[in-house]
Parts: sequence; C-alpha cells; structure tokens
Amino acid sequence: MTQTAAAASNVTPLKSAQPAEAPASAKVVALPAPKKPFFGPRMKTRMMDAAATFLPPLLTVGLLLLLWELLCSSPTSSLPSPSRVISDTWELIANPFYDNGGNDKGLGWQLYASLKRVALGYALAAVAGIALGALVGASTWALRGLDPVFQVLRTIPPLAWLPLSLAAFRDGEPSAIFVIFITAIWPVIINTAVGIRNIPQDYKNVAQVLRLNPIEYFSKIMLPAAAPYIFTGLRIGIGLSWLAIVAAEMLIGGVGIGFFIWDAWNSSRISDIILALVYVGAVGFVLDRIVALIAVAVTRGTANA
Amino acid sequence: MTKPFLKIEHVDKSFSRGAMTNEVLKDVSLDVAEGEFISIIGHSGCGKSTLLNIVAGLTKATKGVVFLQDKVVDEPGPDRAVVFQNHSLLPWLTCYENVALAVDKVFGRSKTKAERHDWTMHKLKLVHMEHAKDRRPAEISGGMKQRIGIARALAMQPKVLLLDEPFGALDALTRTHLQDQVMQIQAELKNTVLMITHDVDEAVLLSDRIVMMTNGPSARIGEVLDVPLARPRNRLELVSDRAYIAARAAVLKFLYERHRFVEAA
Repeated sequence: MTQTAAAASNVTPLKSAQPAEAPASAKVVALPAPKKPFFGPRMKTRMMDAAATFLPPLLTVGLLLLLWELLCSSPTSSLPSPSRVISDTWELIANPFYDNGGNDKGLGWQLYASLKRVALGYALAAVAGIALGALVGASTWALRGLDPVFQVLRTIPPLAWLPLSLAAFRDGEPSAIFVIFITAIWPVIINTAVGIRNIPQDYKNVAQVLRLNPIEYFSKIMLPAAAPYIFTGLRIGIGLSWLAIVAAEMLIGGVGIGFFIWDAWNSSRISDIILALVYVGAVGFVLDRIVALIAVAVTRGTANA
Repeated sequence: MTKPFLKIEHVDKSFSRGAMTNEVLKDVSLDVAEGEFISIIGHSGCGKSTLLNIVAGLTKATKGVVFLQDKVVDEPGPDRAVVFQNHSLLPWLTCYENVALAVDKVFGRSKTKAERHDWTMHKLKLVHMEHAKDRRPAEISGGMKQRIGIARALAMQPKVLLLDEPFGALDALTRTHLQDQVMQIQAELKNTVLMITHDVDEAVLLSDRIVMMTNGPSARIGEVLDVPLARPRNRLELVSDRAYIAARAAVLKFLYERHRFVEAA
C-alpha cells in the first residue's frame, strides 16, 4: 500500500510539472495506436487459438525427437539418431524428383508411383463399393445373398490376395491395383449399406408422395441421405489402401515407396527407411484429410470432418 | 353436396405379426365434400394416423376402399399431399429447394422453368417464408420448418391436403400463429383438408366438421360433429361464442366422458 501511494505521488508531480509539453506527449502516445490492430483483442485470441492448436503437438514431437536423439546417440546404436538421419538422407530430402533411370528415382517419384496405384484401385473400389452397398442396403434379397459372402471375404488380409492376383493378371502393376481395390471396397460397401438401410421413413414417404422414380430416388434421396455414412466408409477405405500399397509394393518391386523401403533395408540404408516412413505417414494423413474435406463439402456440413 | 369428393368406405386395418393380429381400424366410413375442412380427433393410439396414411396411400387398408373423385386410391401421389408431423424436410436442401423438388416433380412437364420458380416463390410467400428461402432446415425454427412443409404440400396443388398433427410438436404460441395462417390460406385456396389433431380448440377453430374416433383397438368413428361457425373466424371473438362453446363442450364430453382413455392416466 505505502509503495503504490509513493509511486502515485511520484508520478503526479511529474505530469503537472510540465503542462506546456502536453501536446508533444500526446503525439508520442499516438504512435502505438496504429500498432493496435496487430495486437488487437481479436488477433490476440486468434494467436492464442493457433498456439493452443499447434503448440501441444509440436511440443510432443520435439520431446520424442529429443528422446530418440538421446537413445540413439551412441556410435554403437543399431538405429540412427534424428540428426544422423537428416545428414545421411540430405541428398534425398533436397532432390525429391531426381531420376537416374530404373528404380533410382527421387522420393517424390516413388510416392507419385504409389499414389497413382492407390488412386486407380481406390477409385474403382469407391464406385463398385457404393453401387454394391446401395444394392445391399436397398434390397433385402441382395442383403441375404451377398452379406454373408462379404462378411467372410472382408476378413481376408489384403496381402493374401496378392499371390492369387499375380496368378490371374501375370503382372505386378494390375495385381497391386487389385489389392488396393479389394482392401478399400469392404468398408465402402458396408457403410453405404448401413447408410441406405438407415434412411428415415419420413424421407421415403416424401419420395412416395412425390412419386419419385427409382433414378430420382437414388440421386435425390438415397445418395444425399446416405452420404455421411458413405464418406465414413470412403475415409476408412483410403486409410486401408495406403496401408496396403506399401506392403504390396514390397513384394511386387519396381518404382514405389513400398519397394523403396524394402530396397533400402536390403542395402542397409536405415536412414532412408526412416525418411520414407515419415513421408508415408505424412501422405497418409493428407489423404485422410482430403477425403474428410470432400465429405464436408459434398454433404454440406452434415458429415464430421 | 351431391357426390362426395373424397369417400372412405368401410375401411378396416389390422397389422399382423406372426400369429398376433392387431386390429386398429374397424369399419370406418366417411364422405368429404370438396372444399371441406375435416378434423379427426381421438386419443393417442386410436389409429387416426393410420387412417390418414390409408388416404395418403402410404398404408394399404386390409378391407375397404378410398375413392377420390370416384377413383380408387391405392398408392401415394401428389394429389394427396401430406404435411408430416415432424415436417420431413430434406436437411441437405435449402427451404427453396425443398419446395422446388415438389414443384419440379409435379409440374416438370406442364410449366416452364420460370413458371416453376414463380410458383415456388409464391408458395413460400403464402407461408411468409420467402426471407428464409436459402436457409437449410437445421437453421430455422420448428414453426418455420412446418411452414415450409405446408408450402411444399400446397405447391403440389393437391386435391386433398392431409395434415398429420401438423402443429403437435410446436409450442403453444407458435401453434396459434400457424393455425391463423392456415385459416388465412384456407380462406384463399379453399382446399379440401383432412387434419389429424388431438387438440380440441384447434379442431373446433379450424374445422367444418369434427370426426371423433373411439379408442382402439378396433377404433371406429364415434361421432361426427358439425361446427356451425361462420368464416372468417377470430379466436378472440369465439371465446365467448355460444356455438363455439357448445362444440367444444361436445368434443370434450366425447373424449373425456364417453371414451375416456384409461391407459393415459
């Protein structure tokens, strides 16, 4: 109390001592004013929000890297430390799109090759999955006939299909695409069917009163009503596709991130493997976000991002 | 009143599940003249919604027939537009698109695109909802949703308008407001209306005749009451009107003296 009183008594005489210079001091005070928008209350809360969103994951990653660095820093350690990884793979990081012919391509090209296979297999799975799911969801007979078959087939691990598809297609490329297709299709079928079976009776009544024909019913009621479910299936599907492609490419060889990892292991380039894993994780995350964003755009906010 | 416009003839309805048969409606017959506003009132579970669904064609009668202008009703169609209790708007469409879906389907051949747009806007104006035409059902109140539901039904230009407890889920003030709006629209368009309700005041205020159903199972039409009140009706003036009070008393007596709903207590 006494301190603040003393401070206050110090300040007041100073101000009153030079009343003539009041306009000058007013000009000085005016300077921080343009700065205000930068640190305005709205900007401040936005920055706080951003910090609250990004700080915890950054902190976690930082701590994990630190732990890793500490554990693997000894020269005898079997795995390289993060700093070793970066110095070992700097050439790969800096030149993602080099091409020395054959399999000796940059990681950008390797990922591109894998993504191309996933895009094709996944697109086929999405179209066939939605069509089959709509059939199973709409028709009780289709449900009785097909559902047991689906339930058995979907439990077969993706890679178990590879030898069979190699035998059928006699080529690695279509076999890998088929593995993606057969991996991604089950969640799409099952979720689409559930979505269509769960269409509220109200919507069906509206369709009946309006006498919508089957095509109109499919496009105007069925698809939009089931869209949130369909996109759940599509999101699970894209995740599984990306899981399966790495494994499938390890076996079929050629250009692709999966074989790149296997190749790196065979030539003991452990740092390359770690870099590839980081890229695989990042691409998988981006793929999932893309499907989620499409879902929000298409379902107009009724699906969860 | 020469030939009935809408004729319900000896309709029975029973639902069977396995060996269990549950008779809901028993020998229901009703003639409705063109432009008449009929309320069907009864305790819950008396099958009044089932009756409405039979007229709509959404449910098939076990026995008996429904005629509309001497044609047998056996499937749903836009000539018998339904306003559903829970509005049943499609959540992925805007209010305008919800109404336009009906308009495009019913008048897709007979009207040009511009005419259909005008028609849709006109129906939205009729229920005073043109200001919210670009909003989605999730963004508007329950009363507004029901107004869009009414606009959609009216947009089909139905021969019979079927209202399934249209104001049941709304609060009392909104309900009053919507009832007045329905009376206004009815004065303008002179639709034939069949309305399900469990609100005695609503039935007396809006109807030309009130059909009172007995309790289920095997519900029948217990009594039909004429409401001899001149239109336009004003709810404030009616409060002390003798005919109004008498009609109200008759319905209440039917529901709470002669056909008390025992399970409700």
